[in-house]
Amino acid sequence: MLLQARGIVHAYAGKRALDGVDFTLRAGEVHALMGQNGAGKSTLIKVLTGAAPLQTGRISLAGQSIRPASTQDAQQLGISTVYQEVNLCGNLSVAENIFAGRQPLRRWTRGGGIDWRTLNERAKTLLADLDVEVDVKRELGSCSVAIQQMVAIARAIDISARVLILDEPTSSLDSDEVEQLFSAIRRLRDSGMAILFVTHFLDQVYAVSDRITVLRNGQLVGEYPAKELDHAALVAAMVGRTTAHATTTSSNKPATSDTWNQTPVVQTRDVARRGSVAAVNLEIRPGEILGLAGLLGSGRTEVARLLFGLDRADAGEMRVNDHTVSFGDPAQAIAHHLAFCPEERKTEGVVEDLSIRENIVLTLQARMGLWRKLGRAECLEITDTLARQLDIRAANLDIPIGQLSGGNQQKCLIARALATRPRLLILDEPTRGIDVAGKQEIMNQLVQLASQGMALLFISAEVEELLRVSTRIVVMRDRRQAGSLPGDCSEDEVYALIAAPAHAAPDANKAGAA
Amino acid sequence: MFALPLFWPCLTLALLVMLNAVVNPAFLAIAWRDGHLYGNLIDILNRAAPLALVAAGMTLVIAARGLDISVGAVVAIAAATGALCVSSTGSLGLAIASALGAALLCGLWNGLLVVAVGMQPIIATLILMVAGRGIAQLITNGQIITIYYAPYDFIGNGFLLGLPFAAVLAVAVIVLLHALLTATPLGLFIRAIGINPLAARIAGVRARPITLCLYGFCGLMAGLAGLIISSNVKSADANNAGTLLELDAILAVTLGGTALTGGRFSLAGTAIGALIIQTLTSTIYSLGVPPEVNLVFKAALIFVVMLLQSAEFRASMRALAMRPADPEKGIPPA
Repeated sequence: MLLQARGIVHAYAGKRALDGVDFTLRAGEVHALMGQNGAGKSTLIKVLTGAAPLQTGRISLAGQSIRPASTQDAQQLGISTVYQEVNLCGNLSVAENIFAGRQPLRRWTRGGGIDWRTLNERAKTLLADLDVEVDVKRELGSCSVAIQQMVAIARAIDISARVLILDEPTSSLDSDEVEQLFSAIRRLRDSGMAILFVTHFLDQVYAVSDRITVLRNGQLVGEYPAKELDHAALVAAMVGRTTAHATTTSSNKPATSDTWNQTPVVQTRDVARRGSVAAVNLEIRPGEILGLAGLLGSGRTEVARLLFGLDRADAGEMRVNDHTVSFGDPAQAIAHHLAFCPEERKTEGVVEDLSIRENIVLTLQARMGLWRKLGRAECLEITDTLARQLDIRAANLDIPIGQLSGGNQQKCLIARALATRPRLLILDEPTRGIDVAGKQEIMNQLVQLASQGMALLFISAEVEELLRVSTRIVVMRDRRQAGSLPGDCSEDEVYALIAAPAHAAPDANKAGAA
Repeated sequence: MFALPLFWPCLTLALLVMLNAVVNPAFLAIAWRDGHLYGNLIDILNRAAPLALVAAGMTLVIAARGLDISVGAVVAIAAATGALCVSSTGSLGLAIASALGAALLCGLWNGLLVVAVGMQPIIATLILMVAGRGIAQLITNGQIITIYYAPYDFIGNGFLLGLPFAAVLAVAVIVLLHALLTATPLGLFIRAIGINPLAARIAGVRARPITLCLYGFCGLMAGLAGLIISSNVKSADANNAGTLLELDAILAVTLGGTALTGGRFSLAGTAIGALIIQTLTSTIYSLGVPPEVNLVFKAALIFVVMLLQSAEFRASMRALAMRPADPEKGIPPA
């Protein structure tokens, strides 16, 4: 019983985010904290780590009652957290980030100042323990998100090594990196550390957790040994109903036959950009959901950026609604009825200090131009309708969007896109960092939008998710189009195409035109 | 009431005015003389006008994550252009148009460096800050141009409806600007650009042209200030017109509650900020502070004013005041 919380109540502006939650974390275990968006996971973590003040309830660490007043306070007690969005300095080196604020110093007899050699060597050892190979002098911002994540973990465990809290550490990692992270987690667990792990990927929960605690609407549903709680039971506990099995049969997919003879909304011929992506050939028709699969860094996002004018193509031809276009700015793509939900929600999506309403109408307003302002009544109606349609949960729509949970922010971004009534909606990882039920809701929305005649380009790292809704799948590999598959193919077929070495699959490359 | 955004700037201004009134009981007196209002307060309104105009332009630039430290130099350029034009052609309209045109070009140049070349705003505008005085000297041929043309005098010294024309002009510009920002989505776009420029661009906001226009507008405001200042002193002095005005403008913007990091801005706050700075200057004169400690005294007063405006400072003062009474709650509620 290393860390124990009893009867935690936490309210934001009178609304209870946690309502009498008990939680127990033992030394030498990996404990998964599960729940839908808004279930209270983040709040519980904030209370445990001192990021939010303890309002009611008791927390004890190794039998001693504690009351962390700040995250630094919690760290000194031995509770370290690695957040979903990496909170490190991209302009410092890997080693500097690990030791920021705690740099080993040279003795004054030797000139004082930072002892760079010790710092770099200790950083190297720490990362080697986690099985990470990286030049510790490299600028952190130039490393992959996975490396950044590991650096954050290295920093956390070096500061204090009793309780490690990982808030969605895997949401930006690909499968190899996840495995690497998990072996590090297992090693830390075996050394007696208590690890609290929050994720939305069910498979990952079972891959690494010993115990699962489920929250729902701010209340404790229960604590279970991972072996005794199967997939379906876990989802049921999270969602609170047994029917919410995470499956959609292919009958939910939009039918392809009646869209086949329509003019494509978007058509590209060998569209490419040097250093970004080579020869993209896509056709997306109204009512169709085109799935774009591929590993991290395969060029998925780059395709979206080219289509939406975030990068300008330097070769090929692109036609939108039968007009030849060349976009150099997203505003031009928006004027041609394209809409885009970017992958990086925090940096590229939401405008944090603006209200939810302002965020939702931003693109619509930008398209209307500078001289026509959306009327107050119209703005209210549009935002209310979309919030209802997408089930955006907020105290009210006039609060800053930064106060919403990740899943709700994502819904707002989709609402922003839908407010412009686009003909083509490009979604880059719209379900990243969102819980099972939330994912399901978003997928259902996509299918419904397609059935209303919208064309969708759906980018996702999760093949299973792509197959559930896509009418066709295009696979990207090594920054080129590796091939395309019908929507009713199997996961294995997609994986085969994703993973095939480029030189070994000439046929697939030839089948590139989709 | 304490949470109202303009509460602290207004309180600061009121305290400064009260300080003056205590030292000099005649400070608050306003009389009607020669067909217009007359008094210290009226004088402050008149002298704050150029600063308020420049600070209004600066507010929008800062709100969109920019900065323009060249406004003082642009004031000198506009003053020189206007003075040269009025003394050589004798046409008021031409003088105003050329001064404002030159200032607008200066602002657009800054904007181009930031938007098209991608320079850091402080560096981009530093170029014109340094070069601008030289350009102004070239225009005036190194001389102080004295203006003998009476109609030009009206801009900085005239009265409209009993009030100083410059003050009326500043109020009119700020009111119109406020109307423009609220009646069009421009205010929303500026805030979006200031908070997250990348997200704003992806959302379809044309951040570049808007930013360019904001720098252009900021230059234009500096031009207007240049006209007022040169008219007020009846001359254009390339070396001394508008010196350190950029810093006063940034200070006025900050005093008004606009975040230097962009996004949050208040035009009304900026106007009050400009009044605070001008009142401060008057205070120094009315207290009879010797000229050699003038700047130190001003700095000390600004320090006090900024402390009063700092939410962090007020919170720690409150915590300090509350601690003995309530030892249980060591941590003030967030």
